[in-house]
Amino acid sequence: MKYLEAIRLALAELLADDQRVFIYGQDIAGPFGGAFKATKGLSERFPGRVLNSPISEDAMTGLAIGAAMDGMRPIVEYQFADFASVAFNQLVNHAGSIFYRTGRPCPIVARLPVGGTPGGGPFHCQMPETWLSNHPGLVVVAPATVADAYFMLKDAVACRDPVAFLEHKYLYYHLEAEFDPRVAEHPGLGRAVVRRQGDDLTIVAYSGMVHHATAAAAVLESDHNISAEVVDLRCVRPLDEETILASLARTGRIIIASEGFPFGGPTAEVAALVAEKGFAYLDAPPVRLAARDTPIPFHPELFAEHHPDDQAIVQAALELAKY
Amino acid sequence: MSDNAERIRLFKVMVLARTCDDRMAKLKAQNEVAGSVFVGRGQEALSGAAGIQLRPGDVFAPLIRDQAGRFGYGETPLDVARTVLGRRTGPMRGRDGNVHRGDWGAGLLPMISHLGAMAAPVIGVLLSRRLTGKQKPGDLSVGIASIGDGGMNTGALHEAMNIAAVERLPFILLVADNQFAYSTTSDRTYACKHLVDRAIGYGVAGHRCDGTDADACLATVGAAVAAARAGKGPQLVVADLLRLAGHGTHDDASYVPEDVKSRFGDCLQMFERSLIQQGVLDAAAVAAIRDEARRQIEAAVEQARAEPQPEAATEDWSARCERDLVHVRSA
Repeated sequence: MKYLEAIRLALAELLADDQRVFIYGQDIAGPFGGAFKATKGLSERFPGRVLNSPISEDAMTGLAIGAAMDGMRPIVEYQFADFASVAFNQLVNHAGSIFYRTGRPCPIVARLPVGGTPGGGPFHCQMPETWLSNHPGLVVVAPATVADAYFMLKDAVACRDPVAFLEHKYLYYHLEAEFDPRVAEHPGLGRAVVRRQGDDLTIVAYSGMVHHATAAAAVLESDHNISAEVVDLRCVRPLDEETILASLARTGRIIIASEGFPFGGPTAEVAALVAEKGFAYLDAPPVRLAARDTPIPFHPELFAEHHPDDQAIVQAALELAKY
Repeated sequence: MSDNAERIRLFKVMVLARTCDDRMAKLKAQNEVAGSVFVGRGQEALSGAAGIQLRPGDVFAPLIRDQAGRFGYGETPLDVARTVLGRRTGPMRGRDGNVHRGDWGAGLLPMISHLGAMAAPVIGVLLSRRLTGKQKPGDLSVGIASIGDGGMNTGALHEAMNIAAVERLPFILLVADNQFAYSTTSDRTYACKHLVDRAIGYGVAGHRCDGTDADACLATVGAAVAAARAGKGPQLVVADLLRLAGHGTHDDASYVPEDVKSRFGDCLQMFERSLIQQGVLDAAAVAAIRDEARRQIEAAVEQARAEPQPEAATEDWSARCERDLVHVRSA
């Protein structure tokens, strides 16, 4: 099953199992079925519950908030995560503040296609987790596997807080795995997991970067005799501090890698966490790998050098191992 | 003209709102209130006319100058006093204040400060009602969102109004064109001839009335609400009036020119005069309504004053409903 198919399956089951669920977004209905086809076939199977919206990200989100407060479990599809910046106000100031202000939960799910693809350019490739995760009240998750795409979407709808669900566009069609939801086990929504065990250093990643991290770990093992542990954050807000610190306690060295911009965000938060609470475990300073501090370039050659990849992680790990 | 029982009901709501606003402003002057106090002086007719049209199951997203509408829809003076005084017992528990109060469960939405932002949530509630089959054709639950001439120019408002029109929801946008967006005059905030002209652009019905004339407000808002209930889609109601106070108690509104002031009367004074002249109420009845309003507001203030403030040490500092996200899983 492909990553995208797992999302579509989860959506179909959510619609079938829970009458409170509806999906609202641009171009998601009819034979078109969404810019990435996540909802293909769903509007026909569930008439009136998969609704095309105008290009109005702010009001789409406000509408979802109102529906959620009236008892529904709305799922909003933003065509690209980049455009959710238009909905920033409703997401952070409204959805994020409702529970604290009123004591009532606001269970909306914002599905955000994230991450870079060659030729996508500055406004179709962004990672929104840094700006979304700063505000109290929002949950921000970033599934990296087929199973997580399926289970975390279902868990996001079960969660009573507003959830930003980051779907990596490159993984939609490029990630495929054997997956049977009837037998697969899955951890809770906020739990980080160890994707690969290792002894010498920890690589923390999330979303598409997890695959660069596991590929780098394989190279480190085979070519350099370095045993790297890979921690997939899964949920970047809140952080599963326990799993991160437990891994660091085993390895003593840590790299935190992300496709996002370098200032702030989950990589900075994990670095701060290990400095504050894991200092005694550290055998070397924590290393952050993030995208370059420019808008995301259009040209494939520039794009390829804008964010960390397998080689960048391997290089950083070799330096770190020498420390 | 509306029936006299409805007119008296509106008058009582307007008097209660004016009395409440004045008392809250006085509490501010007495240094009992954190932040500012915002009053709806001059907008009671329009706001109250909307509030008293609503019934349980409807939705109302009031804005800054909607005390009359809030009372009309059932907010209590105690909720006002508790929120303005920041009491733990109030609907916002000291976590939010002044006009940012409400109760989602009662269909009275607690506004955020960003103008235009409350229209889409009202539409979301109405869409939810449709999706769950709760709407009775021909007698729909309706939603009203308030806005002013300033807020009419936000992207949020335009987006929401367009969606309401596309979905043909029973939504009423209640616009108080009170001549000033804070201190900025209308000629610097919009260029169309009249805000009601935007109705045709949105594809909704448009209504215009004199916001200083309570009877006109009752008739116009009443017609708009009736049309929405009947399934005729969104309604845009624009009333011309003047904000007879500053933006908040911190603002003396000295920027309002005398010639503008002379063009607009006080809706409450004019309504009272008209009710007395027509023999609907006599002076004694009006005095009794005022006394009753003062009694209710004073009782609420006294009770709220005696109630506890929030305490930082015992505050539940959690912005998330799910405390332990590690264990959140679908069934």
